[in-house]
Amino acid sequence: MLSQFSHLSYVITVFLMIAGLFIVIARGNLIKKLIGLSVFQTSVYLLYLAPGKLLGGTAPILSAQFTVYSNPLPHVLILTAIVVGVATLALGLALAVRIREAYGSIEEDEILAKDNAFENLQEKHA
Amino acid sequence: MALTVLALVRTRKLFAAVILSGVYSFLMATVMLTLDAVDVAMTEAAVGAGISTVLLLGALYLCKSEEAKPAHRPWLPLAVSVSTAAILIYGAMGLPDFADPKSPIHQNVVPRYMENEVDVPNVVTAVLASFRGYDTLGETTVVFTAGAGIIALLRRRKSKRDDNEK
Amino acid sequence: MKNDLVLRVVGKLLIPFILLFALYVQFHGDFGPGGGFQAGVIFASGIIFYALIFGLANARKLMPDWLVESLLASGVLIYAGVGIAGLLLGGNYLDYFVLDSDPVHGQHRGIFWVEAGVAITVCGVMLKIFYMFASRANFDARTDD
Repeated sequence: MLSQFSHLSYVITVFLMIAGLFIVIARGNLIKKLIGLSVFQTSVYLLYLAPGKLLGGTAPILSAQFTVYSNPLPHVLILTAIVVGVATLALGLALAVRIREAYGSIEEDEILAKDNAFENLQEKHA
Repeated sequence: MALTVLALVRTRKLFAAVILSGVYSFLMATVMLTLDAVDVAMTEAAVGAGISTVLLLGALYLCKSEEAKPAHRPWLPLAVSVSTAAILIYGAMGLPDFADPKSPIHQNVVPRYMENEVDVPNVVTAVLASFRGYDTLGETTVVFTAGAGIIALLRRRKSKRDDNEK
Repeated sequence: MKNDLVLRVVGKLLIPFILLFALYVQFHGDFGPGGGFQAGVIFASGIIFYALIFGLANARKLMPDWLVESLLASGVLIYAGVGIAGLLLGGNYLDYFVLDSDPVHGQHRGIFWVEAGVAITVCGVMLKIFYMFASRANFDARTDD
């Protein structure tokens, strides 16, 4: 039974990743897409952290009472990734706000329609 | 967490989606805690559930739009997602087992880090600041660049601001 | 939200503890969970909490724009400065063991300054982003097109 259980963490990670991917591809609202992107990123953190744990280990803070520690290397990488992820989210939201002010909506279909209308207008005048 | 994400996919009100993403971040922080990643759990709880939710709510208030109605039936994205999932799970079966002490992740560099030549008990801080200091310098620069980019994108002309504040 | 009594009382009680906790996380990052990023984010969220309850103008009086922008930049400069100090004292860039006569103590100093730089930059960036998003709304209400 343990061998079946051992890959369960990867299956859950892939499920969360695919849900995030689905939100990014299939929804037209820009803010919903950004939320889906952050869900995707968070599931990738799980993908990195799960292999680092040792059963019976403890947090990687050295002290005299413990001998087995979980692996600290993924923690370092994911710490950087979390902060970079929130920076990306903030920039994406600022872009969405500017798009809303320029086009009047944040639905992908309406933005594309306005762009096409603008291009047709330019072709007619040229 | 799977339930939260399913609700996030299905909901159409954006405010509910933002709150659900905060809930998802908190649940992820709890899972990280059970995986012995205390630093990462603290950062994810503070950043994902705190700052990220505040920023999303701020953007939602500025955009003032509530619901998203899907115009097309999502069969093609669903097919793409399911096939990607199948390929990823097939690849993940070759990865080492959960909590296997002999997997390569524990072998190469980590024993040297854990020998603690820096005399700082928190190994994660030691690795971040001393062994891999360049990466942290790059990350600080990325955060600074994001701040500068937001200033460039969202700044208003100074004269109008002075008039309106009086 | 200034008129809501519960929020005002809870805010006045909690905000000093939040800021103190941020400093604790920063300086005990060597011995327990914590470090620069967490401390910067917790400090910024304490001030954002203050701004949400008592209004953006009061928060601007507490941390004016020029202070936040200089925090942003000076954190990165501190970090790079530690690296250059390593260069000037004889080692490579970002070498810590040359910073003091005892190499292990030099590592401690280097890690201290580096974490301080990171926390200052992260705090400044988070606050600046919040200020930008919050102040944009005033203009939307008045100048509509």
